[in-house]
Amino acid sequence: MRVTRRLQIRNLAHFATSFFAVSLVLVFLVATCSQPANALPAFARKYGLRCSACHESWPMLNYFGQKFKDNGYQLMNDRDAPIWQNPGYWPVTFRITPIWHRLSTGKVLVDTYAGGALTGQAVQRITTSDFDLSGLDFHTGGTLEKNFSFYVLPSSDPTASFHFETVMARLDNLWGSPWLNVKLGKFELDNLLSEKRILTLTGNGGIYQLYHFRPVGDGNIFGQMGDNQLGLEVLGHSWNDRTRYSAALLSSNDGTVELVDGANSYSGFFTASQAFDTGKAGVQRIGAYAFVGLAPTTWATTGGGATVIPGSGIGNKSFSREGFVGQFYFGQHVDLQVVTQHGEDNAWFGQGYGDLIGGTTTLNNVTGTVLPTGARNPTWNGVLFEPHYVYSPQLIFIGRYETIRMSQQSTPGTASTLGNISTYTIGYRYNPFMTSRAGFAWHNEYNWLHQDGTGPTLGLNAANINTSELLLGFDFDF
Amino acid sequence: MRTGLQKWSLWLGAAAFLALPLASWAQLSTDQLKAWESAPSAVSHVGNVTGHAKDAAADYRRYCVGCHGELGDGNGEVAQWLNPPTWPKPRNFQLGIFKCRSTPSGTLPTDEDLFDTIARGMDRSAMPQWSTFTKQERVDLVAWVKHFSPRWANEKPGDPIKIPPEPEVTPERIKAGRDVFARVQCWKCHGVQGMANGPSASTLTDDLGAPIAAFNFTEGSRPKCGDTDQDIYRIFMTGLDGTPMPSFADNIKPEEAWDLVFYLRTFMHQPSKEKQMAKQLNLKPVDPNAPPPSGQQ
Repeated sequence: MRVTRRLQIRNLAHFATSFFAVSLVLVFLVATCSQPANALPAFARKYGLRCSACHESWPMLNYFGQKFKDNGYQLMNDRDAPIWQNPGYWPVTFRITPIWHRLSTGKVLVDTYAGGALTGQAVQRITTSDFDLSGLDFHTGGTLEKNFSFYVLPSSDPTASFHFETVMARLDNLWGSPWLNVKLGKFELDNLLSEKRILTLTGNGGIYQLYHFRPVGDGNIFGQMGDNQLGLEVLGHSWNDRTRYSAALLSSNDGTVELVDGANSYSGFFTASQAFDTGKAGVQRIGAYAFVGLAPTTWATTGGGATVIPGSGIGNKSFSREGFVGQFYFGQHVDLQVVTQHGEDNAWFGQGYGDLIGGTTTLNNVTGTVLPTGARNPTWNGVLFEPHYVYSPQLIFIGRYETIRMSQQSTPGTASTLGNISTYTIGYRYNPFMTSRAGFAWHNEYNWLHQDGTGPTLGLNAANINTSELLLGFDFDF
Repeated sequence: MRTGLQKWSLWLGAAAFLALPLASWAQLSTDQLKAWESAPSAVSHVGNVTGHAKDAAADYRRYCVGCHGELGDGNGEVAQWLNPPTWPKPRNFQLGIFKCRSTPSGTLPTDEDLFDTIARGMDRSAMPQWSTFTKQERVDLVAWVKHFSPRWANEKPGDPIKIPPEPEVTPERIKAGRDVFARVQCWKCHGVQGMANGPSASTLTDDLGAPIAAFNFTEGSRPKCGDTDQDIYRIFMTGLDGTPMPSFADNIKPEEAWDLVFYLRTFMHQPSKEKQMAKQLNLKPVDPNAPPPSGQQ
């Protein structure tokens, strides 16, 4: 037994030494193959601009990139139409990220055994680490003709199961005015701080919690402003993009196609923002958004209530998310992105009605259903701060603090803090080269998330959950 | 409960997390930018804003270097893929020659000229409208552009030409503009209907020998150096240095230049008074074979 254990230790030490050596070589290679400083490479290739022209750090847009997007992926230099491109040009980019990550989750309910027999359950921390992959995105976008633009994004999970993340066409600069553009299809909402262009990749840090928050037990899946939605958007901006607005009419189906969820109800997403030139400090932008809508809590069923009839949603109830956005720059290297949110769901959602994914629902607001006594609208407030230090277009340091606090639980007597979230993320992205052809980032990130009262009880009242994730990866696109 | 491997992985992760930014930090420092800071011409003034080249280094590197190159010689990585005349080559700042000026042909442009060009961009080229910059950033970039060429150290910019007030457009002025168009032979390059298909159009090259296209007034593009009447007037009188478009300051009088502006408006895609008047006049294109109008040799 002792010899075997010694061999195991020796093998582990051997492996660790090799791993360390390989890591050092990788670090050395990445560090020494750098060139003097360069997103969607399909656009970069079309226009010959480096990634850095449109991205503060790929994939996050800077003001110039935002204007390019607002113009319908056009530079407005009269060379935007495909007719000016080499016929071989095909506007396609793929993006994928191989990673190593270490995930640690506290207070997981785990079966316990003794003598080969199940003895009960215990709460313990689970820590795992492995190599993994992100999903694969195929971005294709650009112009069909001057002032006719499009974007199609088939996207897969890590097992290569695909769906359409984005499919939209745009009519740009109607009547020659940048103030009137129309977009139809499935698209990202006009969030100034874009989750689709987020600089972080971990499970909890790779999303904005504010954009997806639901109180514990809440059944409203339709208010997730981080998810791409199906609808029609009217948007516009001033010639230099200092003033922007958008108004979108959306199906309340969380972007799910084929009328599975939320048919017969609509939501609206509205934004407006204004930027100011503040001299050496840079351009500061402040704005506001509101996501208001109705979504169903009742579906017709068949088979004795077993199967929901797709598209039959009724019993619409209201929800809202509104807040302010700020993009503040302090010279050429430091900026701070801020988003606030006040959210409210109807009491029916708060009691768990409304959640319909995949054609099944646990709670259905059928005729005659009444709310529990005292049930009320759940409300919450949240804020996120995301500072960046942009050393150069090739190297950015990222931080984020996000917190969401329940201000009213749907069920009286529920712990006031149930579901509260706090999360910190830090990381950096280093692009060893920057060209107009492809993008590559060495990505390191750490995220820590705390949520109140969502752990297993096991006699513990309102156990809190802490999870953390460390991630290293090669994020690349071509 | 952690295994040794897990601990090692943690340490490795932390080491890599810290090592890379430090390594890159060292690489990204260069002495070159400091040399630029000391150039005497590395200052610009637009209105009450003063620009310094050293403050534009990061913006130049982020936005401009791909085309114009580290040395401002127009040989950025992208230049090789830009094929004139569809995609003109990037400007070589070292030569100190610029198309869009308010100053006479052969002289250096003013800081305001360069400042306006950065925001306006260059239609029908890879140069976008950099209108999202702050005024300060643009003025800094003007200083940055200037210090690439020794001309700025040895010469002062020319004096901006005077543009007289724009007269009222009349049918007579449009007809007079057509005579000017014929007399100074604009049609040789721009074509008799402004479609850039004159007999010389296919032979045009810039000062560096690259093919260049005459401006087609009919396709809805904006003239490179601005699309107001004043901008078009200025183009006749200053020329576009480095291109076959000369200055006509010595050939046409100011009032004739305005007549020509009005006539050119009749070609343009956008609706205008001039177009309406030309239609009412049933104005025909110039005849290249016709003798010059009497008294106008």
